Amino acid sequence: MSNNLVANGVSTCAGCGLEIAIRCVLGVLGEKTIIVIPPGCAALFSGYGNSTALKIPGFQGNLENTAAYAAGIRAGLDIRGKEDITVLGFAGDGATVDIGLQSLSGMLERRERVLYICYDNEAYMNTGMQGSGSSPYSAWTTTTPGGKLTPKKDMLKIVEAHNIPYVASASIGYLNDLKKKVKTAKDVNGPAYIHIHTPCPTGWGFDASMTVEVARKAVETGLWTLYEIIEGQKKINIQISENINTLKYLKLQKRFKKVIKEDSTP
Amino acid sequence: MNKYTKSNKEMLDGNGAAAQAMKLARVSVIAAYPITPQSPIVEKLSTMVDKKEISCKYTCVESEHSALSYIIGAQLAGVRTGTATSSVGLALMHEVLGVASGCRLPIVMPVVNRALVSPWSLWCDHQDTMAERDSGWMQFYAENTQEVLDLMLMGYKIAEHCKVMLPLMVCMDGFFVSHSLQQVWLPSQESVDAFLPPYTPKNLFLDMNNPMLINNLIPPEEFTEMRYQQEIAFNNAIDIISSVQNEFNDIFHRDYDMVSTYRCDGAQAVIVSMGSSCGTVKHVVNKLRNNGIRVGAIKVTCFRPFPYKKLKAILKEIKCIGVLDRSAGLGAEFGPLCMEIKNLIGDDKCKVKNFITGLGGRDITEKIIEHIFYGLLDDQFSDKNWIDVQQDAMKIRKLNKKGGSV
Repeated sequence: MSNNLVANGVSTCAGCGLEIAIRCVLGVLGEKTIIVIPPGCAALFSGYGNSTALKIPGFQGNLENTAAYAAGIRAGLDIRGKEDITVLGFAGDGATVDIGLQSLSGMLERRERVLYICYDNEAYMNTGMQGSGSSPYSAWTTTTPGGKLTPKKDMLKIVEAHNIPYVASASIGYLNDLKKKVKTAKDVNGPAYIHIHTPCPTGWGFDASMTVEVARKAVETGLWTLYEIIEGQKKINIQISENINTLKYLKLQKRFKKVIKEDSTP
Repeated sequence: MNKYTKSNKEMLDGNGAAAQAMKLARVSVIAAYPITPQSPIVEKLSTMVDKKEISCKYTCVESEHSALSYIIGAQLAGVRTGTATSSVGLALMHEVLGVASGCRLPIVMPVVNRALVSPWSLWCDHQDTMAERDSGWMQFYAENTQEVLDLMLMGYKIAEHCKVMLPLMVCMDGFFVSHSLQQVWLPSQESVDAFLPPYTPKNLFLDMNNPMLINNLIPPEEFTEMRYQQEIAFNNAIDIISSVQNEFNDIFHRDYDMVSTYRCDGAQAVIVSMGSSCGTVKHVVNKLRNNGIRVGAIKVTCFRPFPYKKLKAILKEIKCIGVLDRSAGLGAEFGPLCMEIKNLIGDDKCKVKNFITGLGGRDITEKIIEHIFYGLLDDQFSDKNWIDVQQDAMKIRKLNKKGGSV
């Protein structure tokens, strides 16, 4: 695993779940990678002005077309005989489950050899915590001030319906599992999709030191399931106990404050 | 040297000529989405790839937005690309047009001109491309099928010149050019190869040996400078266009200019236009000249960069100037072409009259052109004239009390 592709001291918020994800993903993929990043939290790694936080070539695209840019880059590289380079689309939930869904769906349907990773912090965090299709039911965001009235869009099921060779959910709370999945996805002959749960201390309202714990709680309480689908075969990676108490997860975060009574005990 | 023999003459429509040009330019990645009246370009290219007539990756994408994004990606990876669009498809590309031009990617794209909604129209006018005149793309307008082919081939060479590095649209009138079968001189692959070298990226591209992030956020201290560089490229393009046109003429014996005149010597009145209507204007000029009436035609081939100096020199001596605009210029004093011409005319602006005509596929007939010429000579027109609007314009589709139309 290469550790030197992402600079130290990047300008993400303290305790950023996405930062953990991108370090881990690029560590596995290595330097023969080209990244496409839409505007959003991950764009911080594209850098500002003359400096970038990444040591690989990349392109900052638009919000809705990460998959189309990535597929085009793949086509250009293939024509030039550079088939050993991984093309990585790295987009947040807003750029994936909402505005970017069409171009992602097209790319998946066409079986383009692109690794698409969605880091899911469950809102439009870079613009100030507005709700996305991936925000969970009852979560507070600046555009769902009374709590979101509809459940989280199941993006993994949508991707699964495209019958691509590799689909996986992951979490920054389980890095070994994530690394294994990125390694598998890298060698897939066709599109691969990994959806990483990346808690956001700023948007969700928890202490910056708690990111990994919040991520693990989501999995332990069954609110985020770790699984992979290889050529249509689904495998659950982490089995959880039968005594699930979701309050253990919800009470760690201020965004669910309105729906949890103060005296509720986990 | 291209010899005009039977073997390199073909019957092609504008769409076919555009597809042939992309083939001859050896594009290696194509991504496209079909739209009327551009669809035959997409069909022809996919057939060529299917029959292995060109060595190229062809991708049917799910929208025009993705089509342009896809080829921007491929061009960033270092290859020459192809796509085509029209009307609402071009409008859907709008956001990404700015990415292509801002990243200085020399993409050449045929655009089949078609009116924009609403109401829906399948037919020609220039509103779609006029809406993109500030997108940082060069714009050529073809009069006929031969010009589509030639302007595309010259387009690659101009766009890819290291002093230009700007994307370019070759605009052709929907149906009038795109679907009109004409005899086209088709150059040999060898002669095109000699004219147009293989593609090499001359600016930023995704290079593993020199990793960089392209198109990241920049501060206000640099943004204006980036735009300014694009402006310099447009200025540079004026000379590069001329030299490429000369070179093209030397090899293929077809003469092009950013703006060209037809029988303007001693003309009392001229009509300036773009696209397929230029042919009709020239025909009427011949007819009137035969009757001793001194009129001429001016064809603007290159709208961006706009040939100010050349046009100014040409128009200086002419008493009456009529400008045909195939887009409405709503809320403006004039249509977009006329605005440019008024701007370069100086103090004598009143000698320029604007004609809004040919919207949504309405034919620009000989009769209309004659009417304009005679009216110009008699000083009959106001500054902006909706020349072919029907008398019942305000009553058409007016609802009666029962809800049906009158």
